[in-house]
Amino acid sequence: MVQEATDNSRLIKLTVNGIEYERKVETRVTLVDFIRNELGITGTHVGCEHGVCGACTVMFDGQPVRSCIMLAVQADSHSVQTVESMSSGDQLHPIQQAFWENFGLQCGFCTPGFLLTVQDLLSRNPNPTDTEIREELSGNICRCTGYQSIIAAVKQAAIYMRQE
Amino acid sequence: MKPAPFDYYDPDSVEEVLDLLQQYGDDAKILAGGQSLGPLLNMRLSTPQIIVDLNRVADLEYYKSDNTGLRVGAMTRQSTLEDDTNLRTTQPILAASIPYIGHRSIRNRGTVGGSVAHADPAAEWPAIMLALDGTILIRNTKGTRTVDASDFYVSALTTDLEPDEILVEIQLPNWVKTSGWSFIEFSRRHGDFAILGVAAYLTLENRRCTKSRIAIIGGGPIPIRTSKAESMLIGETISDALLKDVAEQASKELDPDSDMHASADYRRHLASVLVLSALQKATERANKSGGK
Repeated sequence: MVQEATDNSRLIKLTVNGIEYERKVETRVTLVDFIRNELGITGTHVGCEHGVCGACTVMFDGQPVRSCIMLAVQADSHSVQTVESMSSGDQLHPIQQAFWENFGLQCGFCTPGFLLTVQDLLSRNPNPTDTEIREELSGNICRCTGYQSIIAAVKQAAIYMRQE
Repeated sequence: MKPAPFDYYDPDSVEEVLDLLQQYGDDAKILAGGQSLGPLLNMRLSTPQIIVDLNRVADLEYYKSDNTGLRVGAMTRQSTLEDDTNLRTTQPILAASIPYIGHRSIRNRGTVGGSVAHADPAAEWPAIMLALDGTILIRNTKGTRTVDASDFYVSALTTDLEPDEILVEIQLPNWVKTSGWSFIEFSRRHGDFAILGVAAYLTLENRRCTKSRIAIIGGGPIPIRTSKAESMLIGETISDALLKDVAEQASKELDPDSDMHASADYRRHLASVLVLSALQKATERANKSGGK
């Protein structure tokens, strides 16, 4: 059935970090604005707002996507995971631990996007080469680190995760 | 920065999509993967009154190979094809090009139909469609029609699609075993739009070239096949001197833009260099595959 658009809002139901939410949302609201402003889950960052910088990366049904160029209504009956899903309490995820130990961040603005992108990379390729890491992370922009320490962090994270 | 208001429809069948397009025509914009439209909406470079979202039309998400070739439903994600390692042997030039489409997070959402229909001259799919003699299956409420890729791209970001039509499937003929190919892109950073790219495809029989395709990415307002350069190869025995002449001719058939990434002259120069390497590689592969 085609749903009549009586006004520009929709009631949507979605799961974010394992918790189910039901909210009315204007159809033009982007997924990242919805997660941050409606749900108050602010770990996901809004950078360029047009799909270039990767800061807003979230997992959508388990795959990394850019939440600034998706609409919140498109997440209706889907599952989203943000950077908040990675740690358990004070226990950092091995990728987060490796970023910390290797100075893989300075200001931290781009970090949520990097962490989720790396989580996906290591799930598909548990032992990536430097070149593969650079190619896979080319869609995430960091203005602080110069990337060297991020590459080092990813290699360390790969070791941690293979040990697990 | 967020999209201007629009009425949003997300039907779950092609029929409903077509009814909406017939009703709203030019006022409606189709949303596929949203990796190009999303930014345009956010920057309000596009302010459609109606958005028809295809993401719930499950019938458009498939791909299959049969004796006629590869058929890919419009809503198939790029990463789905990327992860199928069989395509590396059955459609090698396609498989080689997909990792160049943006980044993994883009390919997880971006769709085949969206990329083909958006007609960005700097994108990979339009050039692949031209290089492989792809065809495009189009539907409206009255029926279906098929268009050759070579007739599909009309002018800058404009295709043969009418406002009441959607692209439902793309078709690529089966790979000819005695063919050689190459796909080369030059960009500053992996995943960026190419400053220039080449998809080359050659078939050799008894050492002579029987079919040649040279498609250029970023060479003008539309994806371009350099047909004069292609025809210089037909019936000929491949030599390095010939390939150099062909590459020079190919660069003359382009109409590139100057922008902050590169001047038009530089793009033309790059084309002559990249076409030559692509043809050399394609010849080498054709020879290896038994097309001598």
